[in-house]
Amino acid sequence: MKKFLGDLGKYFIMLRAMFSKPENWKMYWKEFMYQCTEIGIGSLGIVAIISLFIGAVSTLQTAYQLTSPLVPISAIAQVGRDTVILEFAPTLVCIVLAGVVGSKIASELGNMRVSEQIDALEIMGINTKTYLVLPKILASLITIPMLVVLSMLLGIWGGRTAGVMSGIISADQYDKGLLEGFLPYNVFFALIKTYAFSFIISSIPAFFGYNVSGGAVEIGRSSTKAVVVSCVAILFADYVLSALLLK
Amino acid sequence: MIEVKDLKKGFGDKTVLNGVNAVMNAGKCNLIIGSSGSGKTVFMKCLVGLFAPSSGHILYNGNDFTEMSVEGRKEIRKEIGMLFQGSALFSSMSVEENVVFPLDMFTNWSRKKKLDRVNEVLERVNLKGSNKKFPGELSGGMMKRVGIARAIVLNPKYLFVDEPNSGLDPQTSGLIDQLIHDITMEYNITTVVNTHDMNSVMEIGDHIVYMYQGQKEWEGNNKEIIFSKNERLNHFIFASEFLRDAKDMRMLEETGKIANDRNMAELTNENAPTLVPPPEEGASVTS
Repeated sequence: MKKFLGDLGKYFIMLRAMFSKPENWKMYWKEFMYQCTEIGIGSLGIVAIISLFIGAVSTLQTAYQLTSPLVPISAIAQVGRDTVILEFAPTLVCIVLAGVVGSKIASELGNMRVSEQIDALEIMGINTKTYLVLPKILASLITIPMLVVLSMLLGIWGGRTAGVMSGIISADQYDKGLLEGFLPYNVFFALIKTYAFSFIISSIPAFFGYNVSGGAVEIGRSSTKAVVVSCVAILFADYVLSALLLK
Repeated sequence: MIEVKDLKKGFGDKTVLNGVNAVMNAGKCNLIIGSSGSGKTVFMKCLVGLFAPSSGHILYNGNDFTEMSVEGRKEIRKEIGMLFQGSALFSSMSVEENVVFPLDMFTNWSRKKKLDRVNEVLERVNLKGSNKKFPGELSGGMMKRVGIARAIVLNPKYLFVDEPNSGLDPQTSGLIDQLIHDITMEYNITTVVNTHDMNSVMEIGDHIVYMYQGQKEWEGNNKEIIFSKNERLNHFIFASEFLRDAKDMRMLEETGKIANDRNMAELTNENAPTLVPPPEEGASVTS
């Protein structure tokens, strides 16, 4: 418990220390754009694949469970849409990104710490928290919500394709179901969650990577720990935000 | 010049530096030596501000580094270059990108001016034409030289070098030592080298600080060190039979020179050199 509180304190100190005047805006912008490419474009493939399949699977499983003739067939599209928008796209994609992006951030910073590259930057007079951590968090806050919106669209399209291809539902019925009972607030709620998760995905691994000491084994450990803690934090935040915002 | 006054540093209950007083002379190669665990790395990290001292003062040209604001420290740090033990090159960047990085960050020079400066320092460290290579393609000695090039690209007033010879063969070590010494003289830098390589001590030790259990045990230069009667220092420096023989030879050589300087003709008259006492200027603090 004492260690947890100590780490929590260090985490907030790191976040506080990120905010200082950049030594050179151009270099920071370059780093920010690089991180946007790494996190956003780098995760595009895995997000697209996951989204298509979770959409497809949710359609098939919803159809399997809706056996009552009293429930219209278009309800499959409604359920699939809301599942993808409310939970699958923001939470599942962010948990996957915690593994993909989180481990990358933790191991990159950990390696820089162990090989004294962070010390080298400090000696030059650069605030390494501002230069190395802040662009990663900002890039995550910008690109991950975009990925989640894309995931929503691909998930719904994947569900439609799977439904039509398997003969469960026609394209017209699916489209009709998509428009029925649509609440724009659900998208807003999903995006609020995504911003919270994006912050968790980038800041927690950055903390673990930045504070590594030791060698290769410790980098691996911190990377694993970063992913585990990020996933637990995402699930906890998911519960808290759902309890607060879905009333 | 860097002055260190009563510097103390501890981690938890363990005291690593216990009141170090030292002066790092301007335009000289100042060596910090000592066995593993003597506190020399912590001492150097305190000097460059990577560790905050528990107490004491570090003065850069009279300005107290320990009392400075973050912005003030940044200004001093712009005057500091450092070569790390593992070179600490940015692995995703080429040699040119590594060396140009401090210029990109801290100058508004044109691209051409920056590249001219990069080429100038790369040529100075004998790495002309290696601009596009990546750290993974370089040998240990080349990586050290890129590290030196990056450290001096902003014309620093202070150069810190941590274990420059670790992992290098004796010949490359000698070249790196010579390069550090030449650069120090050429640019009139205050250089601080953390080492336990005895060749470095004898070749480039303009000023040597010997650390023992977190304290300065001895201070002098590479001429004076061979005459020191400090037992701990002698055990540390001349640890092997070979080094003790080398010391005796160097003593004979040096006493010969000193004798000649003092017109002590009797030494040469006797056909064999005789050991004479160390020079009057006195090498040691606690010898």
